Amino acid sequence: MTPVGEAGRVTDRKGGQQVDQRQQLAYVATQAADARLNVEIETEGMTLNIGPQHPATHGTLRLVARLDGEQVVEAEPIMGYMHRGYEKLAEVRTYPQVTTLINRIDWLGSFANEVPFILAAEKLMEVEAPPRAQWIRTVLFELSRIANITLFLGDMAVQLGALTPVFMAFRDREFVLNQIEAVTGGRFHPNFDRIGGVKDDLPKGWIEDTKQAMEKIRDFCDEFEDLVLGNEIFQSRSRGIGIVPPAVGLAYGLSGANIRASGVDWDLRRDGHEALVYDQLDWKVWTHPDGDSFARYWVRLQETREATHLVDQLLDGLPSGPIMAKVPRIIKVPAGEAYAATENPLGEMGYYIISKGDLVPFRVKIRSASFSNISITPWLLKGVYVPDIITILASLYFILGDIDR
Amino acid sequence: MTAATVMSGLLAVEVPYWATAIIKMGVIALVIPTAALVLGYVFLMKIMSFMQSRLGPMEAGPYGSLQLLADGLKFLQKEDIFPEKADRTVFALAPLVVLVSTFLIYVVIPTGPDAVVAQLDVGIFYALAVSSLSVVGILMAGWASANKYALIGGLRAAGQLIAYELPLVLAVMGVVIQAGTLDLQKIVTAQATGEIFGWGGIGNPYILTQFVGFFIFLVAVQAELTQPPFDMPVAESEIVGGYQVEYTGFRFLFFFMGEFGTAFAFAALAAVMFLGGWALPWGDLEHWAFNIVGPVILLVKVMAVAALIFWFRFTYPRLREDQLQRLAWKFLIPLSLLNIVVTGVFKVIL
Repeated sequence: MTPVGEAGRVTDRKGGQQVDQRQQLAYVATQAADARLNVEIETEGMTLNIGPQHPATHGTLRLVARLDGEQVVEAEPIMGYMHRGYEKLAEVRTYPQVTTLINRIDWLGSFANEVPFILAAEKLMEVEAPPRAQWIRTVLFELSRIANITLFLGDMAVQLGALTPVFMAFRDREFVLNQIEAVTGGRFHPNFDRIGGVKDDLPKGWIEDTKQAMEKIRDFCDEFEDLVLGNEIFQSRSRGIGIVPPAVGLAYGLSGANIRASGVDWDLRRDGHEALVYDQLDWKVWTHPDGDSFARYWVRLQETREATHLVDQLLDGLPSGPIMAKVPRIIKVPAGEAYAATENPLGEMGYYIISKGDLVPFRVKIRSASFSNISITPWLLKGVYVPDIITILASLYFILGDIDR
Repeated sequence: MTAATVMSGLLAVEVPYWATAIIKMGVIALVIPTAALVLGYVFLMKIMSFMQSRLGPMEAGPYGSLQLLADGLKFLQKEDIFPEKADRTVFALAPLVVLVSTFLIYVVIPTGPDAVVAQLDVGIFYALAVSSLSVVGILMAGWASANKYALIGGLRAAGQLIAYELPLVLAVMGVVIQAGTLDLQKIVTAQATGEIFGWGGIGNPYILTQFVGFFIFLVAVQAELTQPPFDMPVAESEIVGGYQVEYTGFRFLFFFMGEFGTAFAFAALAAVMFLGGWALPWGDLEHWAFNIVGPVILLVKVMAVAALIFWFRFTYPRLREDQLQRLAWKFLIPLSLLNIVVTGVFKVIL
C-alpha cells in the first residue's frame, strides 16, 4: 500500500514523487473495479476428490485434484488408506512366516513378492538354492508376471471405456492361475518360496500343460494387439498423454515397464545381481522411445509375450536335482544387513533386511515399485484434462497394496 | 401397435375420440418399458455376455429372460434418497423430463398404414426436436444433485448433445430431400414404391442411396444416447456415472428406461427412414393386414439396427470430450453437408 501523507498528499515509494490525492483515489477506484471484474470473469477453481472410493483408483488411492473447468491445475495423491504396517509386522514373525505376509503386497503377482525377500535372507545366510529350485523359482516368477500384466492389459482398456477386453483378460489369466495353483496350491497367495529352495517339485504333466497355457497367452497377446493397441480411439486417447521424459522418470524413481517405456533400457532381470537364471536364457528387453501412456501399454504387452517365451525356455532347460539346499530346521539368520531387488511385474521391488542373528528380522524395509511410480503423478497431472487423469493413472499401473504395504 | 386404429380398421367400428386417446396412451405406456426390457435383455445382458465369453443371467426365467423384470422390482423397493443439499423439486423432476422426451418420440413412429399414434406432416422434424428435450432433464439432474461428478457429467452431456444435434438433423436431410416429405408415413411409402433405376423389385430403401446419411445418423445417435464410444457424460471409470450418480430406486429406473427406450426409438427411426419401415415392397400397402404384420417387420429391422448400435457400445473405448467435438464439427458436419449437396444434385438431375 502506498502510504498516505498528512496533508492529503501521498508519497510514491518508487520515485518519491508527490502524487495528488485525487489521483490516488482514482487509482484505488480503478483497482477496485478491476477486482470486481476479476470476480465476475475469473471462475473459481473446483477441488475434486478422486477416491478413496473411485473405480479408477484400483482400491483406495485418493487423488485431490484442483480443477479449472475440466483441466487439472494441480493434483496430489494421498496414500495410506490401506496401510497395513507390513514392515512392522515382519519384525515379529520368523523368516518363513514373513513370506505369508508379503504375498499380499502386490496381490496380483504374489509369488514375485516372495522372491526378493528370500534372496535377501539367503544372502545373509550364505545359502544358495540348488539349480532346479532356482529354475522353478524363475518359472513361477515369470508366471506371476504374466498373471499380473494380463490383468493390466484388460484393465487399462476398461478405464478408457472399452468393456470387453477386461473380461477377456480375466478369462485368459485363469490359464496361468491354474498352472500356479497346480504347483503351489494357491491361486493368489502361493507362499511357495523357501529359504534355500522351493517347497515342492513340479507335479506330473505340469510342463506340457504350462506350455499349452503359454500358447493361449500368446494368442491373447495377438488378440489384444488388434483389439486394443490397433484401435484408433485407444490410440487417440493414449498417444501423447502423460509423457515421462527419461531424466524425470529416473529422478522420481520410476522402474519397470514405466521407465522402459521412456526409452531407458534397464531391467533388473538382466542388469541386477540376483541369483535367478535369466543370464542363461535368450531374451530381449523391450523399450519404447515415446514415454507416453500408449508406450507403457505397448511395452507391457510385449513383455507379456516375451515372458511366455521365457517360460517355454525355462521349461525346456529345467535341470534335474534336489529342490532344497541344506538349511537348518529352525532358521536363524546371522547378524548383518542385506538388500536384494528383483524386476517384479510392477517394477523394482527390494527388501532391505537387518538381522541381529535372531529368529525374526530386526528391521525390514520394503522398496515397492508402485510407491515410487505413483510419486510422479503430481508432476505428470499438471494441466491435463480429467479423462486423461484416468489414462495416466491406468497406464502407470499401480496396485494399492504395493503403494501402502 | 396402436390398437385403436387397428381395431377400427378390423372391425369397421367407429371408436369414440376419448376411447382412442386412452387406448393410445395405454399402448405407449406399455410399449416403452417393453422396448427397454427387450433391448436391455437381448443386447445389454445376452449379446454382450456372449461377446465377452460369459453366459450372462441364467437363473431368473428361461435363459435369465426375467432378470431385468426382477431388477426393476428391486429398484422399486429401494429407498428414494435425496441428497442433503439437492434442489429437491428439480432433482425429482429430472428423470421424468428425460422419460417424457422418450415418450414423445414414439408418438410419430409409424408401425402400419393406420397403426400410428399421430401422423404429423413434420414427423421427422418433431421426433428429432423432442428427442433433444432429454438434455434438459440431464442438465437438471446434473445441477440438482449437488455433486461435482454429476455436475461435470451434466455439462458434458449438454456440450455433447449440442454438438451432435446438428449432424443428426443434417444426416436426415438427405432422406427428406429424396422422399420430398417430412412425414414419416410418406417416407415409408416412398421407399416401398420407389424404384432403383426403373427396377422396383425391392423398392428403394434409402440405405442404398443414403448410406453416408445412415452412417452419420448412427454415429450421432450413439452420441445422443451417451453410449460408448461417446459415453463421457456417464463415464463410469472417470466421473462414476455422471448425472446418475445420486439417483436411486425408481428414479434411477426412469433414467435406465429412458436410455433404452430412446435407443429403441432411434433404432426405429433409422429403420423407418433407411430400411423401409413397416412396409414390404410387395403387396398392397393399404391392406389392413399390414397393421398386424407391420409392427413385426419393423421390430425385425429395429433389432438389426439396435444390434449395430450395441455392437459399437461393447467394442470401442471412450473418446475424450474435445476429440468428440472435433469429430462432430470437423468431420461429421462437413460430410453431412456434402451429402446434402450430392443428394440435391441427384434429385435435380434424375
